[in-house]
Amino acid sequence: MENACSAPFKNEKKGETQVREKAILEMKNINKSFPGVRALQGVDFTLCEGEIHALMGENGAGKSTLIKVLTGVYGKDEGEIFIKGIDKPVAIHSPQDAQNLGISTVYQEITLCPNLSVAENMYIGRTKGIYQNWKKMNADTDRILQSLDIPAKATQQLASCSIAIQQMVAIARAVDMDCKVLILDEPTSSLDEQEVEKLFGLMRDLKARGVGIIFVTHFLDQVYEVCDKITVLRDGQLVGEYEIKDLPRVKLVSKMLGKELDDMSDIKGEQKTYENKDNALPVFEAEQLVSDAGIKPFNFYINKGEVNGFTGLLGSGRSECVRAIFGADRVLGGTVKKNGQVIKIAKPLDAMKNGIAYLPEDRKIDGIVGDLSVRDNLILAAQVLRGFFKPFSKADTDKFVDEYIKLLEIKTASPETPIKSLSGGNQQKVILGRWLLTHPEYLILDEPTRGIDVGTKVEIQKLVLKLASEGMSVTFISSETDEMLRTCSRLIVMRDRETVGQLSGEELSQSMIMNTIAGGGR
Amino acid sequence: MANKTSAGSSLGAKFKNMTDTNLLLTITIVVFFVMYIGAIVFQGKGFLKPQTFMNILNANAALIITACGMSLVMITGGIDISVGGVAALVSMCCAVYLDFKGGNVFGAILIAVGIGIAFGLVQGFLVAYLEIQPFIVSLAGMFFARGMTTIVNTNPFNVENEAFVALKDTRIRIPGLGSVNKLGKYVPAYIEIGVVVALLVVLILFCLLRWTKMGRAFYAVGGNNQSALMLGINVKRTKFASHMLCSFLAGIGGFVYFLHVGSGSASHASGMEMNAIASSIIGGTMLTGGVGNIIGSFFGVLSLSTIQNIVSSAGLDEAWWTGITVAAMLCLFLVIQSVIMARKKRALNK
Amino acid sequence: MSMQKANNKSGFFANLVRKQIFIPIAALLLLAIFNLIADPSFYKITLGYNSAGDPVLSGYLMTILDYGSELAILAIGMTFVTAASGGQDISVGATMAIAGSVVLRVLCGTNSRPETLQAPIIVAFLVACVVSMLFGAFNGALVAYFRIQPMVATLILFTAGRSIAAWINNNELPIVSEPSFGYYGGFIPGIPIPTPFFIALACVVVIGIVLKVTTLRLYIQSVGINESSSRLNGLNPEMIKLLSFVILGVCVAVAGFIKVSRLSSINYSVIAKDIEMDAILAVALGGNSLGGGKFNMTASILGAYVIQFLTTTLYKFNVQSDALPAYKAVVVIALVVLSAPVVRDSLSRWWKQLRKSGAKEVA
Repeated sequence: MENACSAPFKNEKKGETQVREKAILEMKNINKSFPGVRALQGVDFTLCEGEIHALMGENGAGKSTLIKVLTGVYGKDEGEIFIKGIDKPVAIHSPQDAQNLGISTVYQEITLCPNLSVAENMYIGRTKGIYQNWKKMNADTDRILQSLDIPAKATQQLASCSIAIQQMVAIARAVDMDCKVLILDEPTSSLDEQEVEKLFGLMRDLKARGVGIIFVTHFLDQVYEVCDKITVLRDGQLVGEYEIKDLPRVKLVSKMLGKELDDMSDIKGEQKTYENKDNALPVFEAEQLVSDAGIKPFNFYINKGEVNGFTGLLGSGRSECVRAIFGADRVLGGTVKKNGQVIKIAKPLDAMKNGIAYLPEDRKIDGIVGDLSVRDNLILAAQVLRGFFKPFSKADTDKFVDEYIKLLEIKTASPETPIKSLSGGNQQKVILGRWLLTHPEYLILDEPTRGIDVGTKVEIQKLVLKLASEGMSVTFISSETDEMLRTCSRLIVMRDRETVGQLSGEELSQSMIMNTIAGGGR
Repeated sequence: MANKTSAGSSLGAKFKNMTDTNLLLTITIVVFFVMYIGAIVFQGKGFLKPQTFMNILNANAALIITACGMSLVMITGGIDISVGGVAALVSMCCAVYLDFKGGNVFGAILIAVGIGIAFGLVQGFLVAYLEIQPFIVSLAGMFFARGMTTIVNTNPFNVENEAFVALKDTRIRIPGLGSVNKLGKYVPAYIEIGVVVALLVVLILFCLLRWTKMGRAFYAVGGNNQSALMLGINVKRTKFASHMLCSFLAGIGGFVYFLHVGSGSASHASGMEMNAIASSIIGGTMLTGGVGNIIGSFFGVLSLSTIQNIVSSAGLDEAWWTGITVAAMLCLFLVIQSVIMARKKRALNK
Repeated sequence: MSMQKANNKSGFFANLVRKQIFIPIAALLLLAIFNLIADPSFYKITLGYNSAGDPVLSGYLMTILDYGSELAILAIGMTFVTAASGGQDISVGATMAIAGSVVLRVLCGTNSRPETLQAPIIVAFLVACVVSMLFGAFNGALVAYFRIQPMVATLILFTAGRSIAAWINNNELPIVSEPSFGYYGGFIPGIPIPTPFFIALACVVVIGIVLKVTTLRLYIQSVGINESSSRLNGLNPEMIKLLSFVILGVCVAVAGFIKVSRLSSINYSVIAKDIEMDAILAVALGGNSLGGGKFNMTASILGAYVIQFLTTTLYKFNVQSDALPAYKAVVVIALVVLSAPVVRDSLSRWWKQLRKSGAKEVA
């Protein structure tokens, strides 16, 4: 791939000056510490005009911190930031400063105001003057939304849009700003494939216009689809900057992990078709189950020691199904049977008492209890199950906590550390530990690997298979189909909030899933 | 939703697409008119007289002003319970200045504005820049203002400054509106100066919230202050401005109150902060921030005082009935708001 | 989280400043030293005899012990409510009036000045408890099930409470002439220490045991920090919020009972006036976030006594009772500013720098 920025690396003679000319952003020797952690240690980063630059690294590698330093959310301890056209280092103290310098950002979490209209969210905080010109703003917004093919109206309240559309609005806002540097911090995690395609089209468009794009994502496919260059961070340090063509996938992963990867492929094929040996009854079975979250009634069963999964596009009702089984949404009808016996699950506690555990999709909102310590987070579910009048003794708690921190290799300063200060992957492990501590018969994992580094992903997949081999039934949901193919022996395919098919054995393949989702399958 | 007729569902769609602010505003206005018409039907002709309505305005001009200020703060997600205290302090200081120090009315107005700004500066700074909860800050502000009122002067007294009394008794007659009294004489309806000030404040604040960047920033900060920060809004300055404006309006409200009662007393404007909060809430402002409207607050005050008028004209004159009706009204509105918002949310999920 | 400033190991001082209980202790020390310098007679305690001829200890410290206890009892409930709901109950003063009114109503029956008690004191107390718990449940239901912000939900009872209290006794002022009723707010014959202190002590012990043998602390904190996550872990957040308001109801009943016992009568508009503010301040002074989540009960209780210490100090210096709030406000603001995370962060950074430059000079 020949792009403007790669030139200086080829031409040794005028290399130095050319980098200077083409680079629109240079960060030099950035240092940043938090209590107990050195989040960034002497990191350099250079972004050129018209390039899409992937920023890669495991969770806790310092990607988010680097970006937050660049956008003025955090102040840096040391280091300098240069922007093209400005001779001296720039000072960025607030997101507003960053915007004024032509740096705009789209975050993973939607950072828009739900109570305002779409148009206002597009323009607030970045127009000059005192007066708000509604007419012009709405007209401009409608034009932009139309040109980007976003199905929303300018005057609509943002809260009435779906999450994906909200994300698109955030991107539209960033794009519309006259920016030199666009930062996309995992913007794709709530988008479906078509929307991702649209976004990529947009990114290429901007690239052609000379905008430098920093792209943070966990999806390797996406990196190789759109990016020109990759910068890898590990443990707060710079590993290196690479041309995309010089860095094959396996190498990238090993750079990120800091070791030669024993490969994700080694667990491929480990999972085998589940065989129901003695025709035993399913452990759990749902008939015509329906909840108030807007799914159609569905049937479902899972056998002992089986790993199955729900697949389908985002919003197809995967999470809603398992939430109905767990009693997390209000159940409107249908029955759930355990070993053939009808049980009543009206609320999560009922499900827990019946040996079901549910690791929710949204870790931050539904999973962690942020201010509480790792210890309290670990024992929470088991404690609730045990009852109000039977608190675990300190000795018991210590034992459990030590055991699970070791078992899951949770990296935490101490069990007393508030969970919110752990990295995403470690938080997820704590939540997983919380549920394992309840010794469930049936474990539901809803997107356990989302926003988590590659290493932890593999660990979690392995753990799932191990648990299943020990007799636990597991339902595994993931947006990444290859991950599901590696772990699940049976897939329930969903489309538009209803189940449209079941795949197992030979049928388990990427193309078959796609066909079923698209409606071409059985 | 699905079972409804097409007319029902289109209405439902309209309801769903309405912004929260407009939805709550509509409810408030409808409720006010229903209540007022109810009062006319059941409580007799008294409520039909224009002057009855004007009297509600006259008596509540100060509350309208402070309620508007309160709404600003509540829209940004804060709260200011010092407004009653500030109003009392203003009335006492102005009274002392006019009667004991021989001051003039203009100076009194300056004092009122000055006190408001001083409170705004300190409270705004503590809330916005030191990030202390607004509830605690304004709680202390309320304590301070009430205490200072006593320190300035312990005993209540009536102001006799001539210029002031003249201003206080100025009545602006409204041509065309009026009624025939018992003697068969036509008496035009009138309003006091304070009402003019209050209406001006409502108008200015409405424009501020609707058509200025700062006004929209109030909504953004109240909706989600982290997001607002990321969107490039100066959150601290916005919070500061809202508290500043609220205290400033409490100062003006205090002067209007003073103009209405014409005396200084430490017990003046007691409970005004609660009435202001109640009016704001009845007017569709949500304490969680980001939702609210000045016109709503205006109608909130009117609704609150109308119901008080209804209660007292129904012969339930004991003081406690007012408290109970205000509370019942507040309870009713809170429940209505919460039910509507919950249903709307559920409708959206489908 | 997002705004956290960097500070590593910044020494003993910084660590101490970071401890939650540091705030009330520092405030207490400050007040104590101030009084010691200004007038050491503040600490004088004398043994005298009251009108009934029983020995009583008197002095400013005893006043603090006496009135601070009411506040401490309220602070217990307020801490739970704050932690679970992320808001405060501003109706405690009004509900105390209701509880007190109920006690008198039960004791006096229909006759407002009876010669003898119409019911045993314990019955009156229990009825007041039940009524108070019901009002607590009303607040709690509005907060938990209708999702109304606590401050606003309790505004309802705040506005109407004293009216209801007056209505319970037909706006009459009953007086209890039985001397034993006065023991609870005064002194038990033979014991020179004010009874409210023992009542508060009993409450503290009970709450200590409850926190020890139940998982209340974990549940309330979880619900206060992340409601949605708590629900998925099998908790019932609505129930727990409701429970916290009901517990506060009991605390309010106890405090209200002490209040009417002091006077053997009631004044609807004045009794327990502004006490909600003091109770909330006690929680805040204890360093608990008023936004809910983690709490430290000991710090709250200590905070209650510190607030009373402050009030008594001000009285000591002949501050008029109406002007008292102004002085209190100044002190409160000073304390809150000092305990604000922003200020504490810059303080500890400043201290770190000071040590650094000090170390350099030594080298």
